[in-house]
Amino acid sequence: MDLENQKRVKEITEKYGAENMIVLIGGAEAESAGLAAETVTAGDPTFAGPLAGVPLGLKVYHPVEPEFKESVDADVYEDQIGMMEMVLDVDEIVAEVKAMRDEFTKY
Amino acid sequence: MSIFNENSKVIIIGDRDGIPGPAMEECVKTTPAEIVFSATECFV
Repeated sequence: MDLENQKRVKEITEKYGAENMIVLIGGAEAESAGLAAETVTAGDPTFAGPLAGVPLGLKVYHPVEPEFKESVDADVYEDQIGMMEMVLDVDEIVAEVKAMRDEFTKY
Repeated sequence: MSIFNENSKVIIIGDRDGIPGPAMEECVKTTPAEIVFSATECFV
């Protein structure tokens, strides 16, 4: 996750509190989505940005995960995400992001 | 059970090559959650 976005995530979490925060990661590949999910839960794994060593433990989802899909309007989902859902490696992305959430999310 | 409720604050980190921020915004707007930040990253 780029450094500016890490800074914003940190500031916004301090402002609103971590408990109600949900981060949505739209990464195209399992690896990049997993790294972003790790950044907002366990801290920046590259130790380059403002979230290095800052385990926010936020709830994090990728929009291709069933939890997200079931939480939003089905027609809007189909219009906005449906096409990319067919292109992306959904199983790998879900496994990666879920693993981070299960291990590091505190809320 | 929905992951969103009226207390939810949503941060969206989109990906130009994956799911862009605005696409997720439209979906979240169909829930009671509030979007507090949305960006689309570009890995080039």
